[in-house]
Amino acid sequence: MSGTTPGGWLLVLALALPVGGMLLAFALGGRTAERIALGVLGLGTVLAGMIAAEVYAAGAPLAYRLGGWAPPLGLRLQADGLAAAMLLTAALVLLAVALFGRAAQATPPGVQEARAPFTFWTFLLALAASLAAAFLGGDLFNLFVALEMLTFAALSLACLDGRPSQFRSELRYLFFALIGSVLYLLGTALLYGAHGTLDIALLAERAGADLPTLLAAALMTAGLLAKMALFPLHLWLPPAHAGAPPAASALLSGLVVKAAFVLLLRLWIWVLPPVPAGAGAPLLAGLGAAAILVGSLIALRQERLKLLVAYSTVAQIGYLFLMLPLVLAGDPEAAARAWLGGILQAASHAFAKAAMFLSAGLVAGALGHDRVAELGGAGRAMPMAVIAFGLAGLSLMGIPPSGGFTAKWLLLTAALGTGQWWWAAVILGGGLLTGGYVYRVLAGSLTAPPAAAPRPEPPAQGPERVALALALVSVALGLVPLASFGLVQIGRPILGGAP
Amino acid sequence: MGGLVDWLLAALVLGAAAWTLAAPTGFAAVVGFVGFGLLVTLAWVRLGAVDVALTEAAIGAGATGVILLMAVVRLRGGAEEVSAATPGRAVMVAAGLLAGGVGLALALAVLALPDPAPGLAAAAMARRGELGLGNPVAAVLMGYRGLDTLLESVVLVFAVLAVWSMAPDRRWGGIPGPRFPRQEAGPLALLARLLLPIGLVIGIHVAWVGAEAPGGKFQGGTILAAMWVLAWVAGLVQPPAIASQAVRLALVAGPLAFLLAGFAGMALGEGFLAWPPGLAKPMILLVEAAMTLSVAAALALLVAGPPERAA
Repeated sequence: MSGTTPGGWLLVLALALPVGGMLLAFALGGRTAERIALGVLGLGTVLAGMIAAEVYAAGAPLAYRLGGWAPPLGLRLQADGLAAAMLLTAALVLLAVALFGRAAQATPPGVQEARAPFTFWTFLLALAASLAAAFLGGDLFNLFVALEMLTFAALSLACLDGRPSQFRSELRYLFFALIGSVLYLLGTALLYGAHGTLDIALLAERAGADLPTLLAAALMTAGLLAKMALFPLHLWLPPAHAGAPPAASALLSGLVVKAAFVLLLRLWIWVLPPVPAGAGAPLLAGLGAAAILVGSLIALRQERLKLLVAYSTVAQIGYLFLMLPLVLAGDPEAAARAWLGGILQAASHAFAKAAMFLSAGLVAGALGHDRVAELGGAGRAMPMAVIAFGLAGLSLMGIPPSGGFTAKWLLLTAALGTGQWWWAAVILGGGLLTGGYVYRVLAGSLTAPPAAAPRPEPPAQGPERVALALALVSVALGLVPLASFGLVQIGRPILGGAP
Repeated sequence: MGGLVDWLLAALVLGAAAWTLAAPTGFAAVVGFVGFGLLVTLAWVRLGAVDVALTEAAIGAGATGVILLMAVVRLRGGAEEVSAATPGRAVMVAAGLLAGGVGLALALAVLALPDPAPGLAAAAMARRGELGLGNPVAAVLMGYRGLDTLLESVVLVFAVLAVWSMAPDRRWGGIPGPRFPRQEAGPLALLARLLLPIGLVIGIHVAWVGAEAPGGKFQGGTILAAMWVLAWVAGLVQPPAIASQAVRLALVAGPLAFLLAGFAGMALGEGFLAWPPGLAKPMILLVEAAMTLSVAAALALLVAGPPERAA
């Protein structure tokens, strides 16, 4: 487990490439920063694809022992199915957002470096580096550093417009994120004190149901929930995500919250012994269920499109937590289904939500406002953006065929299979509510514009195509035969067996 | 005797924390915070963790104290907004109860920790010779857990850019922070002229001895940054424009050198971030020198803040 596997060097490149790219983009600036970002994110997608292929072909996680020091003294990078799937999702969404941003954040030749484009390209690379560190890290303190990187990158991208009103919401996000970091760090210190290591694989062997371990898990979980905005810690998310520029909102809602979720899974599925984890899981799933219902109901009542999409994130995050009691229920078949369902939900929501925020941004930019009640004419002026919104909505609702459908269906059958029918009821109810708010937007966009309204400026084709492509990926995930998702099961600890 | 000192120190740490929270003004709270940091520094010394103590003094109390002080100065004139953003009594009581509960649970958990504590201190000590380093903390930072250090140094670049990116668009590329008038007489002028050369020597020394004794790039870099801030406040130097290539290179020199050394390890040694045998000590010193420069530049620019005027 602690040695370097064949293909392990790919993990080093997947992390070092965006780190080096970010440093060079920062030093060289201007137009060069944009070129470096596009090149590195393109290469990063190829690397993520290679890593996923290697993990799948080997049927076992890739690992790289850093500096030749074996854990617990040293650190390792590792890519199991979860990490490989999330890395590939992140690489694709980052590349799409970069292509989307070319229109607004271009630095034409001969033009001096400006604040927003320079910040955008540099922090896009910073975010790629942070996500790679969060997915590939095998040590809880190393993952803390990844969380810190993530906070700075996400915060700066959200403030890209430079509006003071946005600083206020982002400051609130920063407080939540920092309190989350402190709680996480306290937990790692306790775990080190109790077990003398922070390596996840070693902790999995050593951790028991003792007081320090349980308190550490509670603190770290609370910290990660604050970062993920799980109900009732969701208050910071809607203003922080909705007020950001569309490219940033897509990344924040689609990817940044998922990194904290991967850490939560590392803690709950790998580190914690199954018995206390199984006892705590219904509590988290209960909060997730509340998030689905409350988030969707508030989204239904929103008057602004971007806030509606942000509240939809609050709800969709809730689904992720439903997998925990199902994976930990002790039924291997249901556990495998729930595991795939949860990860597919994370991936398909990343694509769908990125598509939604990008198309909402295009609609708002063209109409000059984002009032849900006055979207009339949007469908005629920018059909591609509205179709992208609709397709992404299908995936969020869980209508076949879409990635969201497969994810929710897997969770639903796992819930029924383990006799936990109440989660199935929440999944169905959430789907109906989601249908309600997506319908409001689509129905409004497809009506004729009011006679007096000015003709909306049709947006550039490029960004519209990117939004549509993301939405199509989120749908296409539902057309992939289930057997080919075996990737995500690789390296998952099986209850009662060796990890 | 030692026990009495520890009890007293613990009481003082708690007292300083309480005083900081209860302080009537922002300025008083910062003073309390710096005092708290210095007391915690003493606590680390009592625990035998001199490296941590140095870091707490330099970064926890020193650099953070200065940045908080700058924030307090910038908040002047915004009394209404500050009081609007200050949480109400109910929220404060709830937060206090929550913090107290967490503190109590932590205390119970710490008492339940195994004794003697399992740890890696012996292993870290035993293998530091392979890196040619005498200080086990340096071996952890540059060797065993090099990736943490590399990524932390990258976070500093993130932080500087994050601060810069909050500037108004038209100020991009300009000079950060306020302009201080040149002090020809008075305590500040004297301090800046007397302390500066000494501080520079101490800063470089602390960074240099880190390989063998407590100290290192973060602490040394912080002292160097403090000396620059002193010269800036005394009006002796101006912050550089953020568009300057030299500034950007100084900021990325450390992490970039570390990254390149990491790849050198892949080519010549046991893998990424491994120090090639025989070359470990000289390469580590080179990377540490670049890191000291980058840490100093980053901390100084974090204090200076976003660009405020044209270059």
